[in-house]
Amino acid sequence: MAHSGFGSKLFDVLNYLFLALTALVTLYPFWDSLIVSITPMKEGISAGLHLFPKTVTFEAYQYLLQLEQLWSSYKISVLVTVIGTAISMFATILAAYALSKKELPGSRVIMFTIVFTMMFGGGIIPNFLVVKQLGMLNTVWAMMIPAAIQTYNLILMRSFFLSIPESLEESAKIDGCHDFGILLKIVIPLSMPAIATIALFYAVSRWNEFFMAVMYVTDKQLWPLQLFLRSMLMENEAAFQSGGDSPFLLGQSIKMATIMVSAIPVMIIYPFFQRYFVQGVTLGAIKE
Amino acid sequence: MSVPAAAADARAVVARRTLWKRVARSRYLYIMLLPAILYYGIFHYYPMYGALIAFKQFSITKGIMGSPWAGFKNFEYLFGLDKFWHVFWNTIVISVYRLVFGFPFPLIMAILMNEARKLLFKKTVQTIVYLPHFISWVIMGGLLINLLSADGGVVNGAIRSLGGEPVGFLTDDRYFRGTLVWSMIWKEFGWNTIIYMAALAGVNPQLYEAALMDGASRWRRIWHITLPSIRATIVILLILRIGSLMEAGFEQIFVLYHPGVYNVADIIDTYVYRIGLTDGRFSLAAAVGLFKSAINFVLLVIANRLSRMMGENGIY
Repeated sequence: MAHSGFGSKLFDVLNYLFLALTALVTLYPFWDSLIVSITPMKEGISAGLHLFPKTVTFEAYQYLLQLEQLWSSYKISVLVTVIGTAISMFATILAAYALSKKELPGSRVIMFTIVFTMMFGGGIIPNFLVVKQLGMLNTVWAMMIPAAIQTYNLILMRSFFLSIPESLEESAKIDGCHDFGILLKIVIPLSMPAIATIALFYAVSRWNEFFMAVMYVTDKQLWPLQLFLRSMLMENEAAFQSGGDSPFLLGQSIKMATIMVSAIPVMIIYPFFQRYFVQGVTLGAIKE
Repeated sequence: MSVPAAAADARAVVARRTLWKRVARSRYLYIMLLPAILYYGIFHYYPMYGALIAFKQFSITKGIMGSPWAGFKNFEYLFGLDKFWHVFWNTIVISVYRLVFGFPFPLIMAILMNEARKLLFKKTVQTIVYLPHFISWVIMGGLLINLLSADGGVVNGAIRSLGGEPVGFLTDDRYFRGTLVWSMIWKEFGWNTIIYMAALAGVNPQLYEAALMDGASRWRRIWHITLPSIRATIVILLILRIGSLMEAGFEQIFVLYHPGVYNVADIIDTYVYRIGLTDGRFSLAAAVGLFKSAINFVLLVIANRLSRMMGENGIY
């Protein structure tokens, strides 16, 4: 800014330093794990900062990639993410569009009924019983359907649709398009940033799905990546608690390699969406 | 019959007729709502009905309706359990810690990021601090174990090189809650700035320029422009946090805890999970869950009322 005194400049310097430091501290644990994952198992992990690897080896990854359970879990997670996100987007977009039409009789009541579920719920056990009654236990559906619509995402999507000028839809209506046609030909193409944001939110929560998997899936064949990862970590944790001497004997690098294998897809994909979701959330914030 | 009343009647008839017309015209919109209505009915409202088993002696074979009523017996039993009050207390303590330490962090961070004018720098910081939000608790748990372990972890390495004794951040019940709270802050503080950043993006830059012209210092600009423009957001987030005071972070604790720290880390949700799904005491577990939901709901209503009394918008 144009004229600024010494105090203001000092503030700027300290501020930049602080922000940079915060970012580094946030990022460091990931970096540390990456380094540990490529450190030879025999070498042992030295205490202190792991800024650069001394020797690089991919033996942990080699070991990991030949585990059958990893591949089957990866497949399940990809399946749950792709199909689950598709189902969620389908239901969310349709409902959000319908609810963005204020002239729709009953829309206020329906909206309230939906928002109310954010404040009150039956609880873990009744939810479990529903999934059980539907025969979904130990199926991939149990990891997608019970959280198919996240109310927050629905509200965000609706806010976005509300911001689209009515006049754009009018012309299509005059041309005799019905609601499905308008949604498909006009509204969706105009809403790509919001759709990308919400698809990312859904995809990430399906990819990270843990709670529903723990509750509803006991069959190892259907374990998603998160459960596989947890079992890998637990093996070490057991040693960690009894005696607590050296969890690293059990292959800390393998553990960290497992973490990298499941975190990397998210870390790669999410920055591409950042532009969109800042926009998406901005809209939600203004409209509410 | 008076004339106005008849007119009102006629109007009502017309209104009803146009209502039907509007409903018929909106038939496609209702079809669009169908999946959502089914979803909320089955996975949100039916479980609320299912929560009735808290008042029953539930057996899976008899079903929700078939099981005999138990009145408040489950609750009476529950309220007599020391263990129950213990997890209740843990939940509140962890949650309050999270509120007190976790709430100001994103706010301060957002204000500081707003002061950083170099766009590329700001974007980079944002990208980095948002990242942990997208990473699952299982992974974060693994990272924490790596970071905090007694022999190879960075943190204990630093403590030891300063001449201290290694600390069992994840194993010692004196430190476990602190580890929970700080790791939660690490994971979510960045993401929680986004909503403030969004609100700040809407502030007219001319306000800042005018203040600068008037010679307002940096602090005054933050105090008089930045903070007031996010006050409503702060209040809404605070209400939501208070309304979920009974949520102490199931997934995080479930991933990190172990019997050695149950005394400080066992919360309502983990307790429900264990007595319900591990021990199969469905009615008792449902009673705990219902108790929790009810408290959350009451807290939300109170917080909302308070914010309205203070002249802010509530969330409903």
